[in-house]
Amino acid sequence: MNKRGILAFGAYVPQRRLPRKIIADAMAWANPALQAQGKGERAIRAWDEDSLSMAVAAARDSNLADFDPPQNLLLASTTLPYADRDNAAVIVAALGLGECINTLDMTASLRAGTAALANALRDGDGTSLVIASDCRDARPASPQEMQIGHAATAMRVGDGDGLLARALAHRAISRDLVDHYRARGDRFDYTVEGRWLRDEGFFKLIPESVQPLLTEAGVSAETINHVIFPCPARVAGRLCKTLGLPESALADDLVAQCGDTGTTHPLLLLARVLEQAAPGAKILLVGFGQGVDAFLFEVTERINDYRPRLGVAGHLEQRREETSYLRYLAHQGAVAVDWGNRAEFDNRTALTALYRNRDSVTGFAGGRCSKCGTVQFPSNRYCVNPDCRELDTQEPVSLSDMKGRVKSFTEDWLAYCPNPPLQYGNVEIEGGGNVMMEFTDCKPGTLRIGMPVEMQFRIKDVDDRRSFTRYFWKATPVQET
Amino acid sequence: MATGIRDKVVILGMGCARFGERWDAGPDDLMLEAFTEALDDAGIERDQIEAGWLGVFYDEQSVGKSAISLSMALRLPNVPVTRVENLCATGSEALRGATYAVASGACDIALALGMEKLKDSGYAGLPERTKGSFDDLWMPSYTAPGAFAQLASAYSARTGISMDDLKRAMAHVSWKSHQNGALNPKAHLRKAISIEQALNAPMVANPLGLYDCCGVSDGAACAIVTTPEVARSLGKRDLVAIKALQLAASNGVESGHTSWDGSYTLTTRTAAGRAYAEAGIDNPRKEIDLLEVHDCFSITELIVMEDLGLSTPGDAPKDILDGVYDRDGLMPCQVDGGLKCFGHPIGASGLRMAYEIYLQLLGRAGDRQLDAPSIGMTHNLGGIPIRNIASVSVFGLAR
Repeated sequence: MNKRGILAFGAYVPQRRLPRKIIADAMAWANPALQAQGKGERAIRAWDEDSLSMAVAAARDSNLADFDPPQNLLLASTTLPYADRDNAAVIVAALGLGECINTLDMTASLRAGTAALANALRDGDGTSLVIASDCRDARPASPQEMQIGHAATAMRVGDGDGLLARALAHRAISRDLVDHYRARGDRFDYTVEGRWLRDEGFFKLIPESVQPLLTEAGVSAETINHVIFPCPARVAGRLCKTLGLPESALADDLVAQCGDTGTTHPLLLLARVLEQAAPGAKILLVGFGQGVDAFLFEVTERINDYRPRLGVAGHLEQRREETSYLRYLAHQGAVAVDWGNRAEFDNRTALTALYRNRDSVTGFAGGRCSKCGTVQFPSNRYCVNPDCRELDTQEPVSLSDMKGRVKSFTEDWLAYCPNPPLQYGNVEIEGGGNVMMEFTDCKPGTLRIGMPVEMQFRIKDVDDRRSFTRYFWKATPVQET
Repeated sequence: MATGIRDKVVILGMGCARFGERWDAGPDDLMLEAFTEALDDAGIERDQIEAGWLGVFYDEQSVGKSAISLSMALRLPNVPVTRVENLCATGSEALRGATYAVASGACDIALALGMEKLKDSGYAGLPERTKGSFDDLWMPSYTAPGAFAQLASAYSARTGISMDDLKRAMAHVSWKSHQNGALNPKAHLRKAISIEQALNAPMVANPLGLYDCCGVSDGAACAIVTTPEVARSLGKRDLVAIKALQLAASNGVESGHTSWDGSYTLTTRTAAGRAYAEAGIDNPRKEIDLLEVHDCFSITELIVMEDLGLSTPGDAPKDILDGVYDRDGLMPCQVDGGLKCFGHPIGASGLRMAYEIYLQLLGRAGDRQLDAPSIGMTHNLGGIPIRNIASVSVFGLAR
């Protein structure tokens, strides 16, 4: 195992943050215990985000352009939009990874993220892109509503000289301990008493896996620099004592900043640790869910040269506070809002047309004229440049990483949008080309002509009648970092 | 060498239904209302009509495909009928079909009828319809006001005219049309408004408020056309001739190329140039006595005044505020209330504009009659600024 490790990583945390106090203030009448939990905030998806769009964002944060396409894509989530459709294949198309790739959706356990990482570390040859992405729903006033956060993390796993962190050891335990579950078709978890999870789960399974892991690696507990445990801080502290781990090595669990992001969480915390770790540091990572995955990593010198685009820290800094509990509920689908007759529009997707145009729609590929150089979207066999108009000179060009500039815009209060107003306008793409597109993560009243924008893969529409989500790219104002 | 259609075809009769929320009238009733007026005006028998063109945009919610609905509603004698559709230029397209049929010599008398029954949709604004199986996958689910509102931000950026100043000129556009609509018994909206009302109305699509948007109306308008010779043989003395009918369609430059800055309508410029050439107009600002332009939104009217070559670039707001396009101005515009107040039953609008020009040129416009105009122009802009059809038509008293 110790030839393989992490080559790159990236993260995505949605900008929207729901202060827990808003939940407590709204729902304490039903559950007074919520008042005591009304601290910190949760990262929540925007109405046009889901596990797939967040996964794409996290992968793009991991500097894809600096590497060859991976041989394997592993997507881990308990909230994949499709039960029968290769969710990872959507990500392959959106990221333009090319079709010669093994894809695997890993789901049905909060351990899916670390399990995917373990599988990637075990692979014989080739590079794997492991993405964990989760946006679990919670019933109003439930303890989960206070805890759950939404986020995604991508880890590029492989071997060679470029490792940022080398995997020293891994141990897995599979045990059907059901502290919570969500049956097929259900939206919310069913949970049982947390103390049982603590005593029979965390306090037993984690030592059972960590002690032999350390022994196998020949590493003594007190030399561990960073510890990532999948349990509340107080429990994690006791486990450190039990295992002889330095309590100061315990990583911030980020629950106060973004909540428990489920399948993503161990990987998100690992990414956060890697952003801060020094060469030579040893990291103990444990994932939990019907068993455990325990890993030991050693950070290499290469960590000094690596930065994700924004990373966990950068995304956590980009926060926009959600001030309305009801809007949050509406966007999670927990409150059915009357959107008026205009929302009755039938969004049936012609799957045949989507297939023919998958490069344009999912991959945001345009054309560049080999004669005049004009970039255009959508691509057409004739060039759009009025001074050129040549036939069959278009070469595919990805627009997803191109910057743009706002050429015109409006805030439309008539159009149906789950977060009105619908903001859209013409965007001039760098290198030529113009696309009328939606703006997202953009506060109304802030758009200006000439404003620089970048592209995000988002939900375009949801066909409620046929449970089909379609995706396209939207422009968002360039964030200053 | 094509010679165009200037003066080859004249209008024998016209009719127009009362526009508005016509809960009382279905598509057949609207067609009949416009047709019977036109037939009376033409002074012919129904069986003298040799071919018909029906303009309907939203066929899904009114008459369905084809123009059989026209033939059946009017009980036409099994003549060839064709349904045409070209977005908001649909009415002008119907007139073009009938005019070309007569100009070609294929028939002596032809019918053009535009109709739209919008108020069966069940909600305000234009009905939501698919943009096509590919475009639905990526284009924003825009509305008409949102698509046109963008002209304002781009125009402001290009000219340096502040949004506040632009909004005042836009308010004047709507104020003027409401003044005019109040004089028109067939208009949908017949109440005058103040500039302040226009400025302070609820926002629809920034910066377009409620009074920046035209009425969504039911209605129909109709023209019966023939040759000057046939018209004179039928005893007509005052004739309104068609001087030009021109269309221009987007080819993707606006939606896909950076040469377009979002602040004007490329097709209007092209169609106007062709129409002025066909009609023999050298100086439109001097020669055109009145006009009806596609004021779907106040900003559209403002911008197309420059595209039509009537206001010099950057001067439309000033001309508007100076009253150049008011009913007592140099070039009265929308003297019947325009799309803004007469209303906008899409398939009918091009023919409704021609109807007003026809009445004004013949001195039959009643309370809103202008002083002896002799050349009038109509303009439609179908679609949205990034992809559209512009039509420009010129009408004049026959020599």
